[in-house]
Amino acid sequence: MTDLAAIPVSQRKPDLSEAQLRRRYRAEARFRLYGVAAILFAVGILALLLGSIVSTGFSAFTQTEIALDIELDPATIDPAGARDPDVLASANYRKIVRAGLTELFPDVSGRRTKRDLNRLISSGADLTLRDRVLANPSIIGTTLRIWVKSSADIDSFNKGQIPRDVVEADRRVKDNQITWFDALAADDRVRRSFNTTLFTAGDSREPEQAGIWGAAVGSFLTLIVTLALSFPVGVMAAVYLEAFAPKNRWTDLIEVNINNLAAVPSIVFGLLGLAVFLNFFGLPRSAPVVGGTVLALMTLPTIIIAGRAALNAVPPSIREAALAMGASPLQAITHHVLPLAMPGILTGTIIGMARALGETAPLLMIGMVAFIVDIPRTFTDPATVLPVQVFLWADAPERAFVEKTSAAILVLLAFLIAMNLAAVILRKKFERRW
Amino acid sequence: MNSLILIAILLLFMVFAYQLGRRRVLSKVGGDARELHSLPGYYGAYVALLCGLPALLIVILWLAFEPQIIESILVNGLPAAAQALPSGELSLLVNDIRNIATGNISSRTPDAAVLAAAERYNDLRGTSFAAMAVLGLAAAIAGLAFARGRIQPNLRARPVVESVVHWTLLIASVIAVLTTVGIVLSLLFESVRFFQTVSPFEFLFGLNWSPQTALREDQVGGSGTFGAVPIFAGTLLITVIAMIVAVPIGLLSAIYMAEYASPAVRSIVKPLLEILAGIPTVVYGFFAALTIGPALRGFGETLGIGVASESALAAGLVMGVMIIPFVSSLSDDVINAVPQSLRDGAYALGATQSETVRKVVLPAALHGIVGAVLLAVSRAIGETMIVVMAAGLAANLTANPFEAVTTVTVQIVTLLVGDQEFDSAKTLAAFALGLVLFLVTLALNIIALVVVRRYREEYD
Repeated sequence: MTDLAAIPVSQRKPDLSEAQLRRRYRAEARFRLYGVAAILFAVGILALLLGSIVSTGFSAFTQTEIALDIELDPATIDPAGARDPDVLASANYRKIVRAGLTELFPDVSGRRTKRDLNRLISSGADLTLRDRVLANPSIIGTTLRIWVKSSADIDSFNKGQIPRDVVEADRRVKDNQITWFDALAADDRVRRSFNTTLFTAGDSREPEQAGIWGAAVGSFLTLIVTLALSFPVGVMAAVYLEAFAPKNRWTDLIEVNINNLAAVPSIVFGLLGLAVFLNFFGLPRSAPVVGGTVLALMTLPTIIIAGRAALNAVPPSIREAALAMGASPLQAITHHVLPLAMPGILTGTIIGMARALGETAPLLMIGMVAFIVDIPRTFTDPATVLPVQVFLWADAPERAFVEKTSAAILVLLAFLIAMNLAAVILRKKFERRW
Repeated sequence: MNSLILIAILLLFMVFAYQLGRRRVLSKVGGDARELHSLPGYYGAYVALLCGLPALLIVILWLAFEPQIIESILVNGLPAAAQALPSGELSLLVNDIRNIATGNISSRTPDAAVLAAAERYNDLRGTSFAAMAVLGLAAAIAGLAFARGRIQPNLRARPVVESVVHWTLLIASVIAVLTTVGIVLSLLFESVRFFQTVSPFEFLFGLNWSPQTALREDQVGGSGTFGAVPIFAGTLLITVIAMIVAVPIGLLSAIYMAEYASPAVRSIVKPLLEILAGIPTVVYGFFAALTIGPALRGFGETLGIGVASESALAAGLVMGVMIIPFVSSLSDDVINAVPQSLRDGAYALGATQSETVRKVVLPAALHGIVGAVLLAVSRAIGETMIVVMAAGLAANLTANPFEAVTTVTVQIVTLLVGDQEFDSAKTLAAFALGLVLFLVTLALNIIALVVVRRYREEYD
């Protein structure tokens, strides 16, 4: 702009030549192209991200199983013959399962080779057998064909994640194990079935026994606490600020503060939880009640801002009509304005909850990263949540946890998509334009 | 669990009180509600509030302060030798007593004194709960009796109930302020303790960061140095990379969406970008560590450049992608807010569409775009999971994006996750880093707000 003044007035003529025009049109096309390229880049990365997670995680929904003919020897399981559940539960099923495996390969000898053979099947296979026996003790004494889980390495091998054609030292499945596995496969003793363990078990060090149910329950408990705290408080704060607050410096302070709180990094809320809830109030570590409270403080600004926008969108005439009919200001709000604003508030709340469900960092601070096998039952049990489970599995050294991590991410994304869809539907269905 | 039952009983009591108040006032006027000052429900709520509020307040305060009081009584009753233990060991001992008392596994084989203390602990808790229950229920009954006596047809029940509601609303909106105060106080308090052992000057300007403190006095290199400059530099490097990705792509896509895209394209692309914003950061972290990191490393190998598998580039790129929707949606809003008359004026002078955007729309929207970028920087600095999973742990003072660097948030997480005693300089350092993080993001947010407000051009 300033350099225009430097040019003598006589030369300030626009360049109207054909060449200049073509140049300008080329610039126009280029600019448009940049925009398209930017969008394509963003969408392409999204596709790459989802694609890589779906392609690595899809195989985790199936699990390789091996059929064993197991002789349920009464002498080992229940020598007294009383069918006492305690005796049945503590019998040495591992020995029975291994006997079933040895029977298929009778010529295996030597400690090391035997150990390799036993590593074909999951170390939790005896539990499968125990549950079968406890559920139906009458099978004791018979010989059954039972499908047991293979070990995680064999599972990865069967899924083609461990290639056959590398040097033995470079792969986790040994040559003799491959031979045995091929023999089992030729005998129709190998199948892939739906991996129910993934959806019913808690965490485990063994990939084939690890599931996300514990984390899912933890997430559920945590979100209940978050919702129970942040929704009422958020709505009340929004109602106060929108309808009752006097316009003064204090109200301004509260408003600025809420906007700032919405932009505070989430990990800082974790530090707050650690210092205040754990160290000052002495609440238990890893508990959903603490995690939920921290996440509630974090989602509160989102709900307040959404709530205020929704309340503000209700036309003042509704409130004035109620006041004219003799309602008190509080009645006008709670009976008329708030119900009309509810769809908007709920939409904001669901979006806030979806963000809380995906949040990891603050929960690391308050100890929800512990290795927890049991399914949490109450709000004070040690628990972990889905995103933290993803983080823990992503850190796990076993190759087989990579697909589990992706599967857990897929489940998490499914929940998030469901929540966001609910918000969109709610908005479409109930939002009114005045 | 017992206290939850107590609270449930009190809530049931309130329901009963509501019914009682309502019935009583109606019976006084013979069922004719027109004789009353307020609607019958308000008399019910009046009785319920007087009955339940004091009782619930007692129970909640009791529950909040019970653990500390019981613990101090417990410690006073311990043998003198145990009381003389350093505070860390003492809290371990108290923890063990608590575990034994509740029947959990404890870390030590209990001796007689500990067992006796555990028994006393259970006794104390039993007494405390009984006292709380009696006090709470007594307060509820007293409140009920008092309120019942005051119920009259001309009692102004509604204003009373409404003022209670009004105060509740006010308290709800103050909670947000209390959260900020809590953040500031907890960060300041722990940071001050940290700065008593490490000078602020060393922390802010020191070039060496190795927070491992020695277990034994004579260990080599175990004193722990807390110079945070390499961490700040690493954060800055990753943030700059993220911005190099996010700002041009976010801005260009916002311009395309606002100025060029047809409504059909817009209705497809906008939700897609919103999906990008809705993906949890832990997923981005996994993507960066599993896909982008190794890919960059392989790419670097073919070019003959050594790229660390936890390079700043991988974390920065993915973080940039995460921030794209943030930049684009904020910029989209400000670009759409530029009045159409400005564009029409430019077209009338013969400008092409891109010239209009570059010379007219962008300058008019500049305040909003700068604000958006500042907010994006603040978001990038505070982002945790991507860097925890994809960036390095060791503090490394370098400007080379192919090397591994660490960030403020990574250090906070590594210092505080896992078992640690709470009083060491190592854990307190995390709070000092948290304070710096909070102040920097706060400053960026305020500057963004000021930029948006002050440099806004008023066109209408």
